[in-house]
Amino acid sequence: MKLVEAIIKPFKLDEVKDALLEIGIQGMTVTEVKGFGRQKGHKETYRGTEYTIEFVPKVKIEVAVTDGQVSRVIETITRMAKTGSIGDGKIFVRDLGAVVRIRTGETGESAL
Amino acid sequence: MTAIVTKVAKYGVLILGVVGCVLVWATGASSQEASPLPASAKIDSGDTAWVLASSALVLAMIVPGLALFYGGLVRSKNVIGTMMHSFIILCVVSLIWVLFGYSLAFGPDRGGVIGGLDWAALSGVGSVPHATYGPTIPHLAFAVFQLLFAAFTPALIAGAFAERMKFSAVLLFTILWSIFIYCPLAHWLWGGGWLSKLGALDFAGGAVVHTNSGAAALACAVVLGRRRGWRTDYMAPHNLPFVLVGTGLLWVGWFGFNAGSARGANAVAVGALAATHLAASTAALAWMMVEWMHRGKPTVLGVASGAVAGLATVTPGAGFVGPLSAVLIGGAAGVLSYFAIVSKGKIGYDDALDVVGIHGVGGILGLLATGLLACKALNPAGADGVFFGNPAQFGIQTLTVVSAVVFSFVGTYVILKLVDGLTGLRITPDEEATGLDISQHSERAYS
Repeated sequence: MKLVEAIIKPFKLDEVKDALLEIGIQGMTVTEVKGFGRQKGHKETYRGTEYTIEFVPKVKIEVAVTDGQVSRVIETITRMAKTGSIGDGKIFVRDLGAVVRIRTGETGESAL
Repeated sequence: MTAIVTKVAKYGVLILGVVGCVLVWATGASSQEASPLPASAKIDSGDTAWVLASSALVLAMIVPGLALFYGGLVRSKNVIGTMMHSFIILCVVSLIWVLFGYSLAFGPDRGGVIGGLDWAALSGVGSVPHATYGPTIPHLAFAVFQLLFAAFTPALIAGAFAERMKFSAVLLFTILWSIFIYCPLAHWLWGGGWLSKLGALDFAGGAVVHTNSGAAALACAVVLGRRRGWRTDYMAPHNLPFVLVGTGLLWVGWFGFNAGSARGANAVAVGALAATHLAASTAALAWMMVEWMHRGKPTVLGVASGAVAGLATVTPGAGFVGPLSAVLIGGAAGVLSYFAIVSKGKIGYDDALDVVGIHGVGGILGLLATGLLACKALNPAGADGVFFGNPAQFGIQTLTVVSAVVFSFVGTYVILKLVDGLTGLRITPDEEATGLDISQHSERAYS
């Protein structure tokens, strides 16, 4: 099992979510994060004092999937989240040691 | 040596109090009669209603006007502590005012320097009008109206020590400052003191409120020192919508601040209201344009700040100048205050919320502009300025500026040092990192 972690532009969230639901993903966790890669931040001015904000708001989506689903999930997220400009984001794939459904106690792939 | 100084500082308040009382009682030996009311004077319900309404408007400028304006400008960890300043200063000054503040400021003159304690506990201040303070309104109405001015002024100063002053120090500072700085200066300009005898013009508080708070704010910035992380940390306003709502309340309330100072519902009040509004609008536009050219973008904080600068600058002349003069005053206010704030960074003092640049500079500019643009035809109780054939007025206004700045700066500096010795002024670095809300009040603004 794998945890697919995608950091994307916030306005792309709905499109990515809908596309993932269509390919059979049944759940996800979404967090609001800040970060930067090659995308520059912005400047703010308050009464003559200038601040350079390096962090850009992003959204992180985490989806727990079977090994077989990984490449399809990556392809779907990439397709929906891409705009072509700097700051589109990144996808990380981690190994999942165990998964448990709290309500029923199921473990492993049936808990996904 | 340090031990002696500490002891003196600790007992300083007591000593000051005793000396002050003795002086006041001593000069009170030859008490004057209050000027007798002309037989024709009687209470006018329209005048009284306007002064009462103006009192409520000025109250709104403090709570929640200034509370929101300042609250939105600070970081979220300090918002409650900052709003608290406005509320608690209002309460403290209200009490002082009724006990002896009003008497010190407006009581029968003692040597041109201070009012006596004749009216302590508002004794003799009731429904009967006072001939000079408002012949058509109950004396108490005037006293209450002025109470709000006395509260607004130290609340302004709080902008300079924002985000780093101990709450107990704020209380003690407010008490001492109201008594020893506000009351004398109010007396000099409005209570029959020496500046008013020289013919100084200050319609609603260019010297008493704005120059006074500006100079005091500078003293606070200098004595307290900069906030930790100044210029390196992100200290942007946490809630600009608050600032804008606060600005709106200040603007609305200022109609009462300036037009109410006419002490009646009359032509002078109308002129003051018009001047107030036009100065605010023009100043907001002026600031916006200068900032747009200078920095490349027009900011909403700039528009708000410009409006407040305009309001402050027109204050001393509101009842003495015409609408077009008000436009000129507003334009100058927007430009000058903008550059005052931009140079703050270069000079290097941390007046956190720009009291010096907006109220200090505004008050000074306004007093001098009044010396140029005042027109006796508009208000027979005033005088003509330079442009209406009376060059001497500019000299009197300049003297007013210098007196207010020097008295306020030096006096505030001394009081701050005293308070530092008694309670300490600044919160600890850890408390500053945690924020006023948790460290001073155990409260969180946003869950």
